[in-house]
Amino acid sequence: MRYAMVIDTKKCVGCSDCVVACQNENRVPIGYCRDWVIEHAKGAFPNVSIELRSERCNHCENSPCVRCCPTGASHYEEGGLVMVDRGACIGCGACVQSCPYNARFSHPEGYVDKCSFCNHRLKEGKSPSCVSVCPTNCMYFGDLNDSESQVSQLLKNRDWKVLAPEVGTKPQVYYLI
Amino acid sequence: MSKSRREFIKISALSFGGLVMANPILNAMIGQVQAGEPIDASKIKPVPTYCEVCFWKCAGWVHTDEKGELWKIEGNEDDPHCKGRFCPRGTGGLGMYNDEDRLKSPLMRVEVNGKQTFKEVSWDKAFRFIADKMNQISEEHGPESLALFKHGSGGAHFGKLFKAFGSRNITAPSYAQCRGPREVGFHATFGANINSPEPVDLENTKCLVLIGNHIGENMHNSHVQEMSKAIDNGLEIITVDPRLSTAASKSVHWLPIKPATDIALLLAWMHVLVTEKLYDKAYIDQYAYGFEDLEAHIADKTPEWAEEITTIKADVIRETARKMAYHAPATLIHPGRHVTWYGDDTQRLRAMAMLNALLGSWGRKGGFYFPEKAKVPSFPHPAYPSASWTWKDYLDGKYALAGSSIANVFVDASHPDNKTDKKIKGWFVVGTNLISTIPDTKKTLEAIDNLDLFVVVDTMPMEITGYADIILPECTYLERYDDIRVSPNREPNIAVRIPAAKPKYLTKPSDWIVRKLAEKLKLSAHFNYKSYSEVLDWQLKQMGFSLAEMKERGIIKFDRKNANLYLEEGEEYEFGTPTGMIELYSTDLEMEGFDPLPNYTPHPEPPAGFFRLNYGRAPMHTFGRTANNPNLNELMNENKLWVNPKIAKKAGIVNGQEIWLENQDGVKSEFPIKVRVTERIGMDNVYMVHGFGKSNKKLKRSNGRGISDSQLVTNVMVDPVMGGTGMRGNFVKFVIDKPEREVIS
Repeated sequence: MRYAMVIDTKKCVGCSDCVVACQNENRVPIGYCRDWVIEHAKGAFPNVSIELRSERCNHCENSPCVRCCPTGASHYEEGGLVMVDRGACIGCGACVQSCPYNARFSHPEGYVDKCSFCNHRLKEGKSPSCVSVCPTNCMYFGDLNDSESQVSQLLKNRDWKVLAPEVGTKPQVYYLI
Repeated sequence: MSKSRREFIKISALSFGGLVMANPILNAMIGQVQAGEPIDASKIKPVPTYCEVCFWKCAGWVHTDEKGELWKIEGNEDDPHCKGRFCPRGTGGLGMYNDEDRLKSPLMRVEVNGKQTFKEVSWDKAFRFIADKMNQISEEHGPESLALFKHGSGGAHFGKLFKAFGSRNITAPSYAQCRGPREVGFHATFGANINSPEPVDLENTKCLVLIGNHIGENMHNSHVQEMSKAIDNGLEIITVDPRLSTAASKSVHWLPIKPATDIALLLAWMHVLVTEKLYDKAYIDQYAYGFEDLEAHIADKTPEWAEEITTIKADVIRETARKMAYHAPATLIHPGRHVTWYGDDTQRLRAMAMLNALLGSWGRKGGFYFPEKAKVPSFPHPAYPSASWTWKDYLDGKYALAGSSIANVFVDASHPDNKTDKKIKGWFVVGTNLISTIPDTKKTLEAIDNLDLFVVVDTMPMEITGYADIILPECTYLERYDDIRVSPNREPNIAVRIPAAKPKYLTKPSDWIVRKLAEKLKLSAHFNYKSYSEVLDWQLKQMGFSLAEMKERGIIKFDRKNANLYLEEGEEYEFGTPTGMIELYSTDLEMEGFDPLPNYTPHPEPPAGFFRLNYGRAPMHTFGRTANNPNLNELMNENKLWVNPKIAKKAGIVNGQEIWLENQDGVKSEFPIKVRVTERIGMDNVYMVHGFGKSNKKLKRSNGRGISDSQLVTNVMVDPVMGGTGMRGNFVKFVIDKPEREVIS
């Protein structure tokens, strides 16, 4: 089992539904977010193009945040999920500094928080809330170790990229381009 | 300056002291609504609702957490409007319920030491005041002199009250300020309205043509979903927009047209289809009236002619027309929604309808389907009295083709300049912030000052509330029952709205407000029930269901009575036009003295140093109603002014800089707006999202954030066909230093 998220930039309209759905589902306090949307523009009028992307923790296979956590609060779980054990987290922020994707934040309650791929929903057989709410259906979630899964098939048949591949963290959020 | 009867009240109400907590009545109420007993979450069932954050009315489920507090809203899988997925606004709908700036108690305008202010009053006192004034106006001028402006579900209840009282002067700005020209243009051509949701067969469309329609930024939920599905299937999009909209960025062809020249492009496209024999000949031969007239009309409307006007290259015009023909009839020229732009909008929409006709897309797969609607029986009530006059009589034959009432005409009829005997002297404004929905605010305020009664019903202290005699706080959609949702769709369906929480503070649902006011007006016979749930249960039982069953299901879909979504090959079909055919040549328009075939007429260009002001939507906000919603404000808390880098450089302004705008009539923006320097926009126009720059200080999160485009729309070009208000002929210049302001006290 290797959980991964695949996001189709050709369909994303940047509406930020993934952000508000996550905030509700995971009770992220107003002013913080576990996922966010960016717009990247290239070219000059009228030859201009944009890419819209929903971003979050990449649940990297080689996670600097897990490596640098002094208490073991940041750890791997089944399917390669990178999780934070709130009880063990001392809020030191080393992981926040180490993440090349700027995907972690210090929660006002004193621990570090980030996307969990909605682990609690996965256990109920549901998709992460961002995936299940997206009105453009531009997000897919599944098991990369299953070659027949939708995510595996999409990566097989389409052009894709990951963010900042050069830092070597082996991110597990893939963008179709 | 003469003292206004209705000064805009900037300060908080008496006894609020700016702090809700200072008020014992409200304190008690707050204590009641924050139910603190832990509840076993597994026992709490989600409650069905349909969304009120926009007009798409998606059906969903409201989930409560183990503390008994509202937790999240998710779409109903069975609902054709959302297919189980709410848009960001609907997902953030809980913010409406949680917004601490909500209206909390009825308020009455009073004068204290020569200063006007609002005072909290009981519901009963508010009703007595309103009923007395209504009766007074009725005695003096007749019941028809009361007008209702409404938008959304709450307004429907007030519509019944008005009819029972004897007035049919009921209007919604969603017609003449938004989609009206589209209804008239398409009705003149196909004999059918577009309505809502639009019957566009997007999921099967192969070529989608968007003209100033930025789907994906306007978050029409099922359409965004269908467009996305179509992209998976290789959809080719052609977008005509002076700005690289989100949809334009996903297009095969983006035509950054010179604003206000769309009709020339449409005529040239028709020229290519007709002269190159690319149109659907069998379809036109069987169904269309006036093809030869059209052929003659567009003979000289060549792509080269259109290039001069639109700046779109002639070969691009040819190539895109051929692409449309290649995919026809699964080519959709989307009618759009907010189409009140330049005053010749009905004619532009006619041209779009005609282009659809030439491609054979009306009644065809991938074009427009034939929608069906479920029938819901009306709850019994005595017959409404007849009204001796309506807005139509006031107009006396003008705008005869308008299929709905024209909100701006109601402003005219209320204005001191109205010299006819048909005068409007009282307003109810329910769920619509006329200050930002109807252009020419100055005139609106002059009309308001001329009224004998002005009641505003809303959930939020929108700007319009500041001018009211009485403000009635409506509870949000999450705290009330409303009418059964019935919408035209591929499958007829009904959806219900059940309260998921008790109304907060002293707020009340519109059906209760109307019923209590009816008691004071001695009209109770019209509202013969104790709770609106009785009405719903009766209606549902007539249909063979019950409210209890609907609480479990949320939505019910029915089989179609007319099996065909589309025309069958060669099917005999009677269109609802005077000729019974698709009218390329409009006999309706000819009869009323308008061009039966659309013509391009040049519009004024911005003078030197000025730019055309364009405005639009953001996917996380609805109109001006969500800027203060805590969840949605978090996603976007202000609008920015899109400026082309070359223009910015020339003007010496940089990204993020705050500037003011001044329009052609010398009107300056009330607040500054941050500049967004972007290559996504051309040189002759600037752009902002509508609905920001809230002037009411009670809207703490959104007050003074960004600016209001509506304030700068002082040049209104009225559509002679149906009275719509064209709002895109306003030009603005940059004001770098904070402008001096007249202090209006």
